[in-house]
Amino acid sequence: MLKVIDSAVPIACWSCSIGHNDSTLFCPHCSKIQPPPGGDYFSVFGLEPKLNLDLPALEHEFHRLSRKLHPDRFARAQENEKQWSLADTALLNDAYRTLKDPLRRTEYLLKLLGAEIGPETSPAHSGKDRKDPSRVPTDLLEEVFELNMQLEEMRAARESGETDAQFEASLTQAKEKYHVLLEAVDEDLRAEWEAWDSGGAAARAAAQRRMVALLDRRRYLSNLVRDVNEVLGA
Amino acid sequence: MAEGRVVGIDLGTTNSLVAYMEGDRPVVIPGVDGLNLVPSVVALDPIPVPIPAEGGYRPTVTVGNSARKALIQTPERVIYSVKRLMGRGLEEIQEELKLFPFHLAGDSEAGEVPRIQLGELRFTPPEISAYILRQLKRNAERFFSAPVTQAVITVPAYFNDAQRQATKDAGRMAGLEVLRLVNEPTAAALAYGLDRAKAGTIAVYDLGGGTFDISILKLRDGIFEVQSTNGDTHLGGDDIDNLLLAIALNEIHAEHGVDLRLHPGAVQAVRKAAIEVKIQLSTEPMARFDIELPNGDRYQREIPRGVFELLIEPVLARTVGPCKQALIDAGITPEQIDEVVLVGGSTRIPAVRQLVDELFHLAARGKKPHIELNPDEVVALGAAVQADILAGASKSTEEMLLLDVTPLSLGIEALGGTVARIIQRNSTIPASATEHFTTGVDGQTNVAIHVVQGERELAADCRSLARFDLKGIPPMSAGLPRIEVRFLIDADGILHVTAREQRSGTEAQIEVKPTYGLTDEQVESMILDSFDNAEADFAKRLLIEARNEAETILAAVERAPENPAWMQLTGDEKTAINLARDYLNKVKQSENAAAIREATLILDHATRRFAELMMEAAVSSALRGKTMNTAGEELAEAVTAPHAMAPAEFK
Repeated sequence: MLKVIDSAVPIACWSCSIGHNDSTLFCPHCSKIQPPPGGDYFSVFGLEPKLNLDLPALEHEFHRLSRKLHPDRFARAQENEKQWSLADTALLNDAYRTLKDPLRRTEYLLKLLGAEIGPETSPAHSGKDRKDPSRVPTDLLEEVFELNMQLEEMRAARESGETDAQFEASLTQAKEKYHVLLEAVDEDLRAEWEAWDSGGAAARAAAQRRMVALLDRRRYLSNLVRDVNEVLGA
Repeated sequence: MAEGRVVGIDLGTTNSLVAYMEGDRPVVIPGVDGLNLVPSVVALDPIPVPIPAEGGYRPTVTVGNSARKALIQTPERVIYSVKRLMGRGLEEIQEELKLFPFHLAGDSEAGEVPRIQLGELRFTPPEISAYILRQLKRNAERFFSAPVTQAVITVPAYFNDAQRQATKDAGRMAGLEVLRLVNEPTAAALAYGLDRAKAGTIAVYDLGGGTFDISILKLRDGIFEVQSTNGDTHLGGDDIDNLLLAIALNEIHAEHGVDLRLHPGAVQAVRKAAIEVKIQLSTEPMARFDIELPNGDRYQREIPRGVFELLIEPVLARTVGPCKQALIDAGITPEQIDEVVLVGGSTRIPAVRQLVDELFHLAARGKKPHIELNPDEVVALGAAVQADILAGASKSTEEMLLLDVTPLSLGIEALGGTVARIIQRNSTIPASATEHFTTGVDGQTNVAIHVVQGERELAADCRSLARFDLKGIPPMSAGLPRIEVRFLIDADGILHVTAREQRSGTEAQIEVKPTYGLTDEQVESMILDSFDNAEADFAKRLLIEARNEAETILAAVERAPENPAWMQLTGDEKTAINLARDYLNKVKQSENAAAIREATLILDHATRRFAELMMEAAVSSALRGKTMNTAGEELAEAVTAPHAMAPAEFK
């Protein structure tokens, strides 16, 4: 289940010594800036984890918090406040960047829930083939195989300085098709957001599984589009 | 001590400026000569001042307009456009240096910060920049009659980590606490945004002396949120000068059999003529070179604006790609840009304005770019606004906040030499990322990490930032240690790294080896003469400076009658100079720094025409090759700027 956001044990404010909840950026008593809280990105904005977010409200809150936290406001403050302003603002920016983007937001929430998403991007694991066959969506298996052949031939032709209008047309067609598929995935994802946001525990678990699969499919499709674009020189 | 004023500094490739907020309005602080622009030129004086205590010599340098005069007379002791060398490695600047009269110290080695040979001394680029900053600091201190110790300094938005760090180091050497590095286009937007607190999307097109930036910002409720930025840190007016210069030098060589490249002073004289031609072509349909050559020939060449525009087209075209990428990264079309701001002297060129108009479909939408603020000053004015925001003491800026981005993605070299991106370009800064590393071999206690900046797939094609060695990992089976490394890009766009081994709870040691840059100790040792940084007796310091300046100009006037230019002066002019000299000689004994300065200015004004005559004489003597024997032979391959057009097309 979700990480506990509110700590049961209050910690003391460095300035006024009054205990406060550790998810706060400012001391509720003396308003002084606090070290980065331990909560997740949603809690930075005082939000419950949800996939449907009110983006204008999120932006408004981002601006409001930026005004209070930004290092520009602490240029002449004491050293510890400067450091916390830097750390808190980095957290705020990281949180906003993640939450404002629907895909990053979905991935983030799923990871928060313990899901393994996509190929590890961590440098320690990279180098793994992004075309890992086990990740190919089964309904696309045959087509992807053929597309890869076409891409290879196209690359070879390019290298020997030839252009093949027929190949090019068929690749462009393939690209358009993948775009349509991508849009379908996005629509499915939005439906799952609803299911997760409004569902009970069982409904959420099911939605999570479907979203992980959808994100995998989406990543696969975008890689295909990228490969096609590379070869088409777009 | 009460905190003093925070000034805003534009440390430019060609010119530098210092500005501050006067009430609710940013103002440029003029230099001793009364001019706002301080040319970013540093000259080593011919006679070093001996330091008896140490038995050595203290380099005496001049900065600005006076240093520019030395460019033609003693080119081997002068450096300009040093910004192009900031934060760069030896191998990166070799090509660049071919375009300049100065050269690297003979004992420069790869891996260390390159040093430039000036006369008998060697300087790193941050040291040269520090001299410029110190001059600006002094100008501000004179202006306020109070010490100035804190500043905001602007940098090109597309500057990488090393270039930013080098700029900060220069500030420290000059005795300035750099409260913030601000991106130049963003600063320009601040200067414009001050009196138009409205919402909208702004594009800032900044083509300066040596760098190009494009930034797209969203402005709302006083918050300036940068959406994307792009650019080229080696593209600007210098490149245009070099094109004109190469044409003149090539044609002089081909048509008159004179190779001026052998004589750095002559090259600088032709460069001066080339810059004049360029400037004239912004307002006139035609400009001309007219240069007397050593063999008595004249090089005369008319350059119509149309030909000039064809010539510079490839340079201007290099700004198109970054603009398009910035639009894509911001996720908008040209039509969604509400306003365009032009920054940098090169945006005075009509062809540049034409290009900007086409890029953002301005005329088609009945819009014009903003040029109300002087494009040479707008960045410094914006820096002053940011300085005021940081000082936090003013009503006029308390609602304003700048949210800038990192221009380049940050990555780590992964297996196979590929790059794993950990912070994407155009992320709002401060930004952070946490990565976990482990060991590959049983009992391994070190893990090496290579951090790069850039957008390419392979680490070798990106800019190497630093190599870290995570040391002191407790010996465990391979893959068991879990080292958490936190990367943080601060509000100046500079990277900080911390690491922790999570299983044993030990703090892993990190030794940061920046690929390019000075160590803390090196910066410490390069801090400019200590008396300059002593705040204790500020009045005394001002007095010493005023007297030094008086002595410098008096010494020059003393030698004046030996110069042939003296004979060209009228009797009245000579009398005026003598009167001003006697006056200054009398005033300089007093304890009144302001009076000494005023008398110095009077003498400076009186000798202005003499200085011009001397300059002209120097230019023509340089061109006639009279001092040919002093030319450095190593400069034989001096100018190799690309030659975009066959000379015949100029006929």
